[in-house]
Amino acid sequence: MAQLASALAIMIMGVLGCAAYFYGSNFLLDKLFPTKDRPYEQIARNLRTANMVRPWLFLGPAVLLLTFYLFYPVIDSFRLSFFDRTGDEFVGLSNYVWLFGSDEFFESFRNNMLWLIVVPTAATFFGLIIATMTDRIWWGNIAKSLIFMPMAISFIGASVIWKFIYDFRSGDDAQIGLLNAIVVFFGGEPQNWITIPFWNNFFLMIILVWIQTGFAMVILSAALRGIPDETIEAAVLDGANGLQIFFKIMVPQIWGTIAVVWTTITILVLKVFDIVLAMTNGQWDTQVLANQMFDWMFRGGGDFGRGAVVAIVIMVLVIPIMIWNIKRANAEMEGR
Amino acid sequence: MVASSKRTPLTFLVHATVLFLVVLWTIPTAGLFISSIRDKDQLSVSGWWTALSTSEQRLVARAYEPKSQVQQGDRFEIRGNLLEGGNGEIARFGFSSLKPEAYAAGDVAEMKKGRTLQVNANGDYVLSSPTEWKGSRGQRIFYTAEIPPRFTLDNYREVLSAEGLGQSFINSLTVTIPATIIPILVAAFAAYALAWMRFPGRALLIAGVVGLLVVPLQMSLIPLLKSYNLIGEFFGVGSKTYVGIWLAHTGFGLPLAIYLLRNYISGLPGEIIESARVDGASDFDIFRKIILPLSFPALASFAIFQFLWVWNDLLIAMVFLGNNQEHLVLTGQLRELLGSRGGNWEILTASAFITIIIPLLVFFSLQRYLVRGLLAGSVK
Repeated sequence: MAQLASALAIMIMGVLGCAAYFYGSNFLLDKLFPTKDRPYEQIARNLRTANMVRPWLFLGPAVLLLTFYLFYPVIDSFRLSFFDRTGDEFVGLSNYVWLFGSDEFFESFRNNMLWLIVVPTAATFFGLIIATMTDRIWWGNIAKSLIFMPMAISFIGASVIWKFIYDFRSGDDAQIGLLNAIVVFFGGEPQNWITIPFWNNFFLMIILVWIQTGFAMVILSAALRGIPDETIEAAVLDGANGLQIFFKIMVPQIWGTIAVVWTTITILVLKVFDIVLAMTNGQWDTQVLANQMFDWMFRGGGDFGRGAVVAIVIMVLVIPIMIWNIKRANAEMEGR
Repeated sequence: MVASSKRTPLTFLVHATVLFLVVLWTIPTAGLFISSIRDKDQLSVSGWWTALSTSEQRLVARAYEPKSQVQQGDRFEIRGNLLEGGNGEIARFGFSSLKPEAYAAGDVAEMKKGRTLQVNANGDYVLSSPTEWKGSRGQRIFYTAEIPPRFTLDNYREVLSAEGLGQSFINSLTVTIPATIIPILVAAFAAYALAWMRFPGRALLIAGVVGLLVVPLQMSLIPLLKSYNLIGEFFGVGSKTYVGIWLAHTGFGLPLAIYLLRNYISGLPGEIIESARVDGASDFDIFRKIILPLSFPALASFAIFQFLWVWNDLLIAMVFLGNNQEHLVLTGQLRELLGSRGGNWEILTASAFITIIIPLLVFFSLQRYLVRGLLAGSVK
């Protein structure tokens, strides 16, 4: 409790400090370049100077934090990828040579590709289906809320939830994992699901699909509501059936939103780490890039060079989406 | 919508499918919750879906140690109860693992050397021997019992105290609250400047923020770890501090915060801001008195995002806070338990539920803002 009290105290101090900074710096600016009771030219000059400085007072803390926490580290990671495990000695391309020569990398790269194909597709697909169907029924909002719920659950919490479902008991013991119980009920042989190479990847992916479908559903549901009723009415009058309306009228209209949902989930997938760490820690051929990177950061005291190289691979995979995002944002700003 | 007003044969199918999907999506969490309040002995032998039915369990217990024996006439007896006060009914019992169901409740089982064992349906047992019982361990008794469903909060009591979840809960709060508030303050000012102030480099900064939005965290970890070690050494405080993780979460949360808030603030009516300027209000006044109150919905949306994100984060906490007990947050603790108590589902389910209860409460009470934030962040 004392710890919480001190956290609260520090938080209040931090908030007050922030407020004091913004208040104080603006006050100082007004004092340095007064705009009252001065000759006309001086007021004009002061006003211009103050207006040039003030945005940077507002932006200052944000720019500093962004630089220190995101911009500089990206550059430095790039530099470190050419250095040895401690980051002191230049080793040229040897980290890259190691990376492309290691089986572990190809395993995690292959798995990442599988994740990239399966998870965004499945989550967007289910999200679209559920969004379409829940819009037609009276208890749709309750259904949506329940399907959306896993969004609030941490990856590690979700991993525990699903590990329980995949739980396996050997011998004749009653299965307490839901999946194996169902398999046994239908006369099948219980399996230790997360240790079956290749297929276990899909059992891990299900967890992320379970979490992300709600996200896709919420966004797509809003987009579907944005389709003008007249369009659909016109299609109905022309004799289109439900499936035709869905595939030929609704889906093309929200194509842009589907792309946004898809890319957002894709980026999340590239960073997926907690699920693999908690479920298998990369054993049984389930390694992914993000977990491999974390592993190298600390394995045997940590190898910063190799860790940085894996991070670079993730970054390179993200860059196309980044460029697309920036283009979209620019186009939208010009549209304003 | 149009299609729903017509009674197509599809309507029933739609209801059924949605119901199926909802069940599919909620069952995992429901299973976790039900398991966490079950008795741990029942949890480990039967699925949670049988929680309400009387379960038949094959169990093993040890009788009391020989030192508790009492001499009755010429025989030495050890008495006790297998069910130890719990409810249930014993159907069969045995004294050998090869024949765990050899005798019906109430029978007297003949053991070696004239010893006998009697177990009654209510769990009372009598071990009787013509000679003194020797050794330090009690006789093993195998029994099959019908145990009625038993729900308990013992699992929660145990994880909160013995497993250190209570401390972790406080740690998580300590990390989360400041890491939610600080970025909002910093981002709100920046968002206002990017939305309503004219200065050279504005477009570039906005593009930068959008770009940083998707930079994977992994890129930042190693350089930051190095910087933190240097800074920690310089101040002599160690590299794993709460201040460090607050600032880290602030830095990582800023792109989304600035992006969301800028989108919202730039959508506010320009006339209000212009007329305030004409009246001689400074940008600081405009921000404080007009922008902040008007952007409450956007601030709330981001606050919920950031709260969920920080509370649920494992990676940043592991890198910047380490995994010693006094700093371990809930997600980190859960991960430790997953390693050390892998098979103890009563511990894991209760712990997992404690880690997800706060986000779930936040989620269900503030869902409106969360949805609004998601839409503002994506559909643009």
